Amino acid sequence: MLGKLSWGAIPFDQPIPLVTGAVVVLAIIAVLAWITLKGWLPYLWREWITSVDHKRIGIMYTMLAMVMLLRGFADAIMMRAQQALAFRSDGYLPPEHYNQIFSAHGTLMIFFVAMPFVIGLMNLVVPLQLGVRDVAFPTLNSVSFWLTATGALLINISLVVGEFARTGWLPFPPLSEITYSPGVGVDYYLWSLQISGVGTLLTGVNFVTTVLKIHAPGMTYMRMPVFCWTTLAANLMIVAAFPILTATLAMLLLDRYLGFHFFTNDAGGNVMMFMNLIWVWGHPEVYILILPAFGVFSEVIATFSGKPLFGYRSMVMATMAICLLSFTVWLHHFFAMGSGADVNAVFGITSTIIAVPTGVKIFNWLFTMFGGRIVYATPMLWSIGFMVTFVIGGVTGVLLAVPPVDFVVHESLFEVAHFHNVIIGGVLFGAFAGYTYWFPKAFGFRLHEGLGKAAFWCWLVGFYLAFMPLYVVGLMGMTRRMQHYDVPDWRPWLLIAAGGAVVILAGIILLIVQLGVSIHRREELRDVTGDPWNGRSLEWATPSPPPAFNFAALPRVEGGDAYWSMKQRAIQRAALNDEPVYTDIEMPRNSPTGFICAFFATFMGFALIWHIWWIAILAVLGAYATFVVFAWRDRVEYFIPADVVARIDRANRSARGEALAQLPGALRMTP
Amino acid sequence: MSAFQGTADRDEPNHVRNDSGAPDRRAAAAHAAHELAAKRIIVGYGFWIFLLSDIIMFSAFFATYAVLVGNTAGGPSGRDLFNLRNVGIETACLLLSSFTCGLASIGARMRSGFWFHGAMTVTFVLGAAFLGIEIHEFADMVAAGAGPTRSAFLSAFFTLVGCHGLHVTAGLLWLLTMMAQVVAKGYRADILRRILCFGLFWHTLDIIWVALFTVVYLMGVGQ
Repeated sequence: MLGKLSWGAIPFDQPIPLVTGAVVVLAIIAVLAWITLKGWLPYLWREWITSVDHKRIGIMYTMLAMVMLLRGFADAIMMRAQQALAFRSDGYLPPEHYNQIFSAHGTLMIFFVAMPFVIGLMNLVVPLQLGVRDVAFPTLNSVSFWLTATGALLINISLVVGEFARTGWLPFPPLSEITYSPGVGVDYYLWSLQISGVGTLLTGVNFVTTVLKIHAPGMTYMRMPVFCWTTLAANLMIVAAFPILTATLAMLLLDRYLGFHFFTNDAGGNVMMFMNLIWVWGHPEVYILILPAFGVFSEVIATFSGKPLFGYRSMVMATMAICLLSFTVWLHHFFAMGSGADVNAVFGITSTIIAVPTGVKIFNWLFTMFGGRIVYATPMLWSIGFMVTFVIGGVTGVLLAVPPVDFVVHESLFEVAHFHNVIIGGVLFGAFAGYTYWFPKAFGFRLHEGLGKAAFWCWLVGFYLAFMPLYVVGLMGMTRRMQHYDVPDWRPWLLIAAGGAVVILAGIILLIVQLGVSIHRREELRDVTGDPWNGRSLEWATPSPPPAFNFAALPRVEGGDAYWSMKQRAIQRAALNDEPVYTDIEMPRNSPTGFICAFFATFMGFALIWHIWWIAILAVLGAYATFVVFAWRDRVEYFIPADVVARIDRANRSARGEALAQLPGALRMTP
Repeated sequence: MSAFQGTADRDEPNHVRNDSGAPDRRAAAAHAAHELAAKRIIVGYGFWIFLLSDIIMFSAFFATYAVLVGNTAGGPSGRDLFNLRNVGIETACLLLSSFTCGLASIGARMRSGFWFHGAMTVTFVLGAAFLGIEIHEFADMVAAGAGPTRSAFLSAFFTLVGCHGLHVTAGLLWLLTMMAQVVAKGYRADILRRILCFGLFWHTLDIIWVALFTVVYLMGVGQ
């Protein structure tokens, strides 16, 4: 009746997951009870859960990422504590548990922190930057988000029901085959990634179509902000790479569930084929994460330097070059496999070549700052911190791309230090820069600057303390994923690294405090005009937060930095541009399709993990029925009347008009 | 900082601008005349992107098959198993169904119930016949001890061909849903867009089958 599921699945003998799980479950129940008692449930359902508005979906993606960041970081600090303690002892985590923790840490941080964070920023910003009212497929967008949330939920269920994979963040066979991992841990991993992977693929389809096909009048490709270009590149890579992940994980599932022989040791299976397939997806994946971050930095640095981005065209070229090159380097993840000197040399060279377009970008950012009036606001600090840190990570990456060096430091902590160097220093710093930069656009008030700067410094210092020592112990020969060790020389470095994790913890706490304080003081931090940073691209032409329809009338774009040139004209004329003719606006109706699909997907995933076949079949039928019901809808759009549009737009125009009138006279007269 | 602050147009120290100015104006005006692309274009375009991703998934299975085709582990190879006559009939069914699917699209555009429903029914029958032959082939192989668990080659074979078969099954389900939708709702714009997508999907399955027929069956028997 319930497949493999029994009371034995709950880890009553392990206090850490049990207590954590109990606290989380209680917290969720408390929050739900609070929401219900306050009577907010209908509001949440109407305005958020069923929302197809790209801005709200973007906010929900970002919130998911931040909550999962806490979970992933809890894993991280447990690992650092374990390695600090486990010198000539067992530490406090048994090996079985430690292995689950590092697997969950990697899986969560890549798939449920970094991915939703960058996808959330894309959702929030890209349609605004393109000067349009929504993405190409709004309901599909909601489906994508909720499927991603399903994946995150399944992984977190594994904390208290059953176990998680002990195979590392990529389930390499033969360890991940049923012979060596008979439990449900790998199945949790596989189904959670298959379900969220569908969501990610649909996001890719949605955003490629949006960026290529839906623009405001005059918004030609070469006038798009760089963030739109990096979004396009990242989503092209999603479309080209995620199907390979789906296929690869499907093969492993077939091996585990039906006794196929893709990656088994017997009957002709080929283990190394898994390495090839997974990294054909895996390497583009890291660029899927970093390119949107590059886009954020391009926006932030141009805005806070008060100048157009230096070398826009070369930036676009570099982005698209990375998009292509990222598919030619996968083999550098397993030089040690023994493909021979010639093959290794080819992939070593292609890997090194990627440093060229990346270098172009770094110089472009530097030259953008050169001669600018730089404002050291929090997003700018994250950007500068990124440039310094990422260059170090890039250089160690080029080292790793040299096969003889790779043979020496392969699977060592040097490698761990390298990819944390580029993912924290690149992706996460970019995500925080974007979060601080676009927060006022999303919510209508800025984040507290002082606390933001304090968080930045904790993160920066904490990062260097936590990961520079890992380069050192890596070169001393310490391999990754060690539950205990007995080399005295490593100990001091690992203690410093643990200290660094504590400093990062302070950074995380400061971010939470910043959010709380900013909400509390929102009136004094209010963004009245919708343009708090003196921005350059079209998202700043809307009120903060933007109305559902974004733009009362679609903007006419006549050059790069579209909003900047609008402001120039307004200053020259000493008046805003003329009031548009307001018309009724057609918008897509909200739909619970995404949430209901995810509801069924959660049951399907859970049932498949525990071999409860009847629930799995019912869930699939339910998902199909949901689609049919959705397809049967007669009214898919609603109209926002012209007078409502006029009221919202006039309020914003008067705020902008006041800001314009307050400019010093001399500035206004300057042509 | 706030809006407009210090926005006087200072001269760029680097004299670099994002766009070249005058010649772009005309293009912008032409583009403005079009406003946003039509929904039909956007839906078709998006669905094409999805189909490309589907083709990439198949390419992963094709690559796997190519790697594992020789790993028979002492079991039967393609030459021992494949029956080209059956596969030929399957291929004929699928290619013909693509033709009738095209007729159904024309029927929908002409708002002709006879042509749309007639051609969709024939498409369904041909697709179902294809699927029936495939299931029969699979059942025979499993009964003869050549199931997917026998060897890596057979795992790859069943997965590649079975994945295509699953797509055809989903297509048949979609086909019936579309016929029901037309009966219930008529030839509404959104339903016509879905018929367009269904057609693209069905033709793509044909393209994949052509590759599959060549790489798996013809090359398998010829080895």
